[in-house]
Amino acid sequence: MNRVPINLNVNGKATRSDVEPRQLLVHFLRDTLGLTGTHVGCDTSQCGACTVHVDGEAVKSCTLFAVQADGASVTTIEGLAHEGRLHALQEGFWEMHGLQCGFCTPGMIMSAADLLAHEPDPSEEQIRHALEGNFCRCTGYHNIVRAVRHAAEANARGASSEPVVAADD
Amino acid sequence: MSDKYFGKPVKRVEDPRFITGTGHYTEDMTLPGMAHAAMLRSPYASARIVSIDATRALAQPGVLAVLTGKDLLDAKIGSIPTGWLLPDLKTPPHYAIAPEVARHVGDVIAAVIAEDRATAEDAVALLDVELEPMDAVALGSDALAPAAPQVHPEAPGNVAFEWEIGDAAAVEENFARAYRTVKLTLRNHRLVPNAIEPRASMAQYQKASDEFTLWTTSQNPHIHRLLLAAFVLGIPEHKLRVISPDVGGGFGSKIFQYPEEVIVLHAARKLNRPVKWSARRSESFVSDAQGRDHETVAELAVDEHHKVLGLRVKTVANLGAYLTTFAPAVPTYLYGTLLNGTYRFPAVHAHVTGVFTNTVGVDAYRGAGRPEATYVVERMMSRMAHELGIDPAEFRRLNFIQPDEFPYQTPVALVYDSGNYEPALDQALERVGYAELRREQEEARARGRYIGIGFSSYLEACGLAPSKLVGQLGAQAGQWESAVVRVMPTGKVEVLTGSHSHGQGHETAFAQIIADDLQIPMEDVSIIHGDTGRMPYGWGTYGSRSAAVGGSAMKMATAKILDKARRIAAHLLEAAPEDVVHEDGKFFVRGVPANSKSFFDVALMAHLAHNIPDDMEPGLEAQHFYDPKNFVYPFGTHVAVVEVDADTGRVKLLKYVAVDDCGPMINPLIAEGQVHGGIAQGVGQALLENTVYDEQGQLVTGSFMEYAVPRADDLVQFDIGHTVTPSPHNPLGVKGIGEAGTIASTAATANAVIDALAPFGIAHLDMPYTPERVWRAIQAARAQTQQAADD
Repeated sequence: MNRVPINLNVNGKATRSDVEPRQLLVHFLRDTLGLTGTHVGCDTSQCGACTVHVDGEAVKSCTLFAVQADGASVTTIEGLAHEGRLHALQEGFWEMHGLQCGFCTPGMIMSAADLLAHEPDPSEEQIRHALEGNFCRCTGYHNIVRAVRHAAEANARGASSEPVVAADD
Repeated sequence: MSDKYFGKPVKRVEDPRFITGTGHYTEDMTLPGMAHAAMLRSPYASARIVSIDATRALAQPGVLAVLTGKDLLDAKIGSIPTGWLLPDLKTPPHYAIAPEVARHVGDVIAAVIAEDRATAEDAVALLDVELEPMDAVALGSDALAPAAPQVHPEAPGNVAFEWEIGDAAAVEENFARAYRTVKLTLRNHRLVPNAIEPRASMAQYQKASDEFTLWTTSQNPHIHRLLLAAFVLGIPEHKLRVISPDVGGGFGSKIFQYPEEVIVLHAARKLNRPVKWSARRSESFVSDAQGRDHETVAELAVDEHHKVLGLRVKTVANLGAYLTTFAPAVPTYLYGTLLNGTYRFPAVHAHVTGVFTNTVGVDAYRGAGRPEATYVVERMMSRMAHELGIDPAEFRRLNFIQPDEFPYQTPVALVYDSGNYEPALDQALERVGYAELRREQEEARARGRYIGIGFSSYLEACGLAPSKLVGQLGAQAGQWESAVVRVMPTGKVEVLTGSHSHGQGHETAFAQIIADDLQIPMEDVSIIHGDTGRMPYGWGTYGSRSAAVGGSAMKMATAKILDKARRIAAHLLEAAPEDVVHEDGKFFVRGVPANSKSFFDVALMAHLAHNIPDDMEPGLEAQHFYDPKNFVYPFGTHVAVVEVDADTGRVKLLKYVAVDDCGPMINPLIAEGQVHGGIAQGVGQALLENTVYDEQGQLVTGSFMEYAVPRADDLVQFDIGHTVTPSPHNPLGVKGIGEAGTIASTAATANAVIDALAPFGIAHLDMPYTPERVWRAIQAARAQTQQAADD
């Protein structure tokens, strides 16, 4: 199959690649770049496990061909921690036990980050509404709601997060 | 021991890798030279495979092989066995690839192996297959009809087994003198577990040593190894290593040994290359073992004092097309034995018919038989309370087994070792504000708003299981658990467990137990699981067994370490071992703390062996195999509060209170998290989830577009409480909590919806309470009322 060149900035790093036109962004991230933190949980764009940020907006990366992301800046869960510090949401999910098996967690965090970018002080209802496109089968969402609130409150306080201890890339 | 960690909400040590995207799930792995498998699955529920022509597929660049059922038979690959036998159980063969007849939509007909996944999937579409569709049957009771299509020639009438428990004559006698009886026909509909990580398997074959490695999404890698090696592939067990890395949820569905694991192992050997398969979600819906699917008629009798006299249950359990690993146990020993609930039922009898249909196999799904039993018991208790015109909570209280009656022998085989049911009920009533809530309900009804309050005073039996007992009941497996505690020369500790974590937080909770007992920092303990190449033999994680059985094994192994450490310390201190105490992480002669040996000193000397007692083996490592004396019996009361919109039929969950007793909690953060998730799945069954097959056995709900798993905005923040009644027979006193939420919550939610619908004269309605179903029921009830008024 013919290949198409694309240029992306992924987690702050410029990358150039030749891709099959039919390749989904999520498979490009996972299989070509080895960024396996972004997961695939369904094939109908419901579960949200593959959520990443494309030019700052949360996008289910299974809904986009890699070629459609040409020229874009993509942030994945691996790129969320900043200057060696966990993102407030990573911290919040850890503090509030907002994850169990961890499979939905990257997508959940990326969606929640999008919410906080638009609404820094969301109510429980706003959090639940914003995350209805991300399935979690383990937590019943109870601690996910608390995790997002934890992050919102930490941001409001200007608290600094713990250093990344396990991002062994 | 200390209790520095036990009982504390310690943040999970596994989380840093998951929140940074550095977990390692099977699908994340690649090996040099790896090929990919894709499956051709039957589009029909029943079809004869007339021919398969792979010419076009094999001509595609990158296609390496096509495997059919005949290929596997020629390679002497056997049928996938079931792990639990009942008397007269019919066990028709279950081949990884169907050789002649496909028996459900999704049954594998052929597999393509190619250089990459896309090529393999493209080639599947190029297989020229002639299938002859045959009549199919999807509903259990339909399969029992005289003219029903036969799923297997080995099972006449589609009956896999007939099973009963309890004393039918005693029930008959008690019903004859009943003051009141109620009878309900109950449909406990089928569910798809839907762990968010789809199943995946990757196999590698080392030709020189004739050894296999399988990375797979398993809750119990040793069971996978045993079944695959000894029964299916016919390879020596020690030549297969099964690794189950990070696993994205199981809920039962990853216990079982599945066809695709056989296919990738065989393909890896045949091609001498690693081969990986990952399920698409659409494949998960037609190939992961499903749950529930009972059709039940239940009758409950009471005397004039409102004391229950007996429960009679007749159930048709749909098993699907093949008996998966624990399928026969779920609607029998994990169901019939639980029909006594938390109550003094003088007589119980249950009869279960296990039925083959042209659907995906049904096996353990979170709770496994116990949610089905709880639904029957708790639905019937609420139905009877309504019939008697008394409060459902007080009716339960009146019938509870009392604290002084334990150990309590039920009429359905189990001996409950401990329990104290009223405090949990009282706490739940208090948390939900019961009296006030009933007043609100009254007022709301007067204004045309329909609020319902539902109870479930459940009990479950878990911590599977005493091996001798389950052996007598048909288990083809032991149910003990193992642990190795390995202390290193530097005093750091690795603990190997046969149980497996796929979200349960073993790496944290187990480390809390060990660190307390050894009086060392938690950071010095690693919990290792999920690799038959490293672990001692173990039976994995299901049936809420990890803490009660796996944790107990660790506790016992740690005691052996401490005993030896004390003897080494005594030797170094030139004292008698019985005079040496272990406090604040140090060993010293009682009363002389100034002269002490640290855990590190002892660990180092155990390994140097320069100065240990002459009759002592060097090293500091201990193993323990722990076989529980009984099941553990968690219990509690859950209360659901819902509102039904009479105009649209929409049911909204308003409030959910859960008071559970799982004994002492190792880590309340983790234990409560288990309850939250369990509630979500149980509420999901009651309100949202349903697996629908049409009459031809087509799965109508084959994706997340049609199958409604609960989303964040379907649920509320849960109100969680606890009572603590320790298990009297395991060294930790703990009881399982992984399934309790699901076991309790379906019935609580159902009872709440029926309570809300009571003003319409609706005595029962089957789940799930979708807007359409509820709206239709209200319309029908209103029409009936109107009709009665007109007459």
